Amino acid sequence: MIRYWQLFKESAFLYRFRRDKVAIASFSVLMLLVSLSFLAPLIAPFDPYDPAGIDIMDSDIPPSWQEEGDPRFSLGTDAQGRDMLSTMLYGTRISITIGLFAVLLQLFLGIALGLAAGYFGGRIDSFLMRLADIQLSFSTLMVAIVVLAIFQASFGTELYNDLAIFMLILVIGIAEWPQYARTVRASVLAEKKKEYVDAVRVIGLGSGRIMFRHILPNTLSPILVISTVQVANAIMSEAALSFLGLGMPVNKPSLGSLINSGFEYILSGSWWITTFPALVLILLVLVINLLGDWLRDVLNPKLYKD
Amino acid sequence: MIAFLVRRLGQALVVMFIISLISFSIQDNLGDPLRELVGQSVSEAERQELRDEMGLNDPFMVQYWRFLKKAVHGDLGNSYFFKRPALEVIMEKFPATMELVFGATLIILLFSVPVGVYCAINPRSWLTKLMMGLSIVGISIPVFLTAIMLIYLFAIGLGWLPSYGRGETTMVGFWETGLLTRDGLVHLILPSVALSSIMLPLFIRLVRSEMMEVLEQEYIRFAWAKGLSRTRIWFLHALKNTLLPVITVGGVQIGTMIAYTILTETVFQWPGMGFLFLEAVNRVDTPLIIAYLIVVGLIFVITNTIVDLIYGLVNPTVRLAGGQA
Repeated sequence: MIRYWQLFKESAFLYRFRRDKVAIASFSVLMLLVSLSFLAPLIAPFDPYDPAGIDIMDSDIPPSWQEEGDPRFSLGTDAQGRDMLSTMLYGTRISITIGLFAVLLQLFLGIALGLAAGYFGGRIDSFLMRLADIQLSFSTLMVAIVVLAIFQASFGTELYNDLAIFMLILVIGIAEWPQYARTVRASVLAEKKKEYVDAVRVIGLGSGRIMFRHILPNTLSPILVISTVQVANAIMSEAALSFLGLGMPVNKPSLGSLINSGFEYILSGSWWITTFPALVLILLVLVINLLGDWLRDVLNPKLYKD
Repeated sequence: MIAFLVRRLGQALVVMFIISLISFSIQDNLGDPLRELVGQSVSEAERQELRDEMGLNDPFMVQYWRFLKKAVHGDLGNSYFFKRPALEVIMEKFPATMELVFGATLIILLFSVPVGVYCAINPRSWLTKLMMGLSIVGISIPVFLTAIMLIYLFAIGLGWLPSYGRGETTMVGFWETGLLTRDGLVHLILPSVALSSIMLPLFIRLVRSEMMEVLEQEYIRFAWAKGLSRTRIWFLHALKNTLLPVITVGGVQIGTMIAYTILTETVFQWPGMGFLFLEAVNRVDTPLIIAYLIVVGLIFVITNTIVDLIYGLVNPTVRLAGGQA
């Protein structure tokens, strides 16, 4: 453990990170957002999931620095009388959770299928890649909208609201597997030709062991690079779906559904319900994208291009 | 080339087959067509009789075949809400969505190529750095937020542009167009800008990186050595090969754009197919949902096939590979 830490401390990776102001700033903002949102139950002044703690009389109060503001609610309240700050902290937690788990699912599917396609080649490869082509030609968002819309129509809204978080993770996770599968496959194809793979095969190791212990570690840098972008995309997709009313319900809002609920009131002047979650969402996605850009420059993998 | 064409068409057929299967199973499981027709007041025995008569008790394959035959003839059932053929309802909204996509594509083409090329040939200029910085911010702002911001700024704040609807439209044959009147064009501005906002940064980055790659190649160095003028090298020799990958990615992005029209149309209450689809979902209007799926599926398949064919025509290596296969 200590040896690894030592290795990490002396790595070029950390050296380049410490010299890049944008990377440091993005990383700190991301860590701040993540820790604030996951500590939400401890630091949020109110519990937005507790109906007893919400008073409808408190609805639509502007941020505390405005004239009609209330010192109890620093960023104002939404149309249901929930404290914006607390609701946003919990909402960010939901958005990040969905983003992370969706990408984990993509990783799992993409690595398994990409490794299989690249390593075994032949029919498996052409079938999987044709499938990936077809699925990519429909955009993720389109697939997600259609699938969720059908589920919502057939389950009824009530049951759907309980399952929303799982459905979102499943749909975003499954819809984006080709991104990983193609990247992994391309690197596997390049690695397979190298001598070390011949060497382990001569030793007599099984294909499972060769795939996972020897080839997979060498495909990690492109995986890492696209993972950052994928998390950002997953968070954006979730926000878009919630905005359309196909994602998280109003009583358990993510950033997207908060923006959606505020959109109805923006014309009547309640700008804060939409603006604050929107700013958090943009900031979150922006810092992840900036980190992704920086990673791409540092690791400089040969990404699979169409 | 022929082999390539056949393979593409085969793939297109498989996709349409999958879409038809999905559509059919939705029709089978979502809502009860009988209740939509006769209401609750009919007795169980009469119901069974009607079910037999309508063929709702037939085996799956028989029903699917009937559905397919009707679908090929353009009959996708009547919309529960509009009480009219679903395909007709969708096709009425088709021009609105297409004009929105057209407006956005125009904006993307007009801006992405010049900006991308500028950034590629002046990699160190401050304007390039600004553009690259702005593009990553642009990628990070979801379409619906751009749309809301545009409405807030230009429609509510400044009052320059209208925030919803299509404005005045005229009929050209069956095509209801907003492109011929001033009012219609003014209404188109904000939605197309919003729709193009997510793609524009992507395309600027794509054009830039492709162009930079091309500029590194041998034949460009040879052109410099030969003493050709800068403009000739940049805009004739380099740009040509830059646009090749842009076409393929562009084709895939048309599909993504159709998905984003749902978001843009919702925010701007643009009376297009996407807006109609969301309404249909909320009303559980099954025939309309199916009609939308099939129409959008066709758009995807047709654009992808055309893009691939164009690519095959432009890129000689594809032609060669197809000939040998």
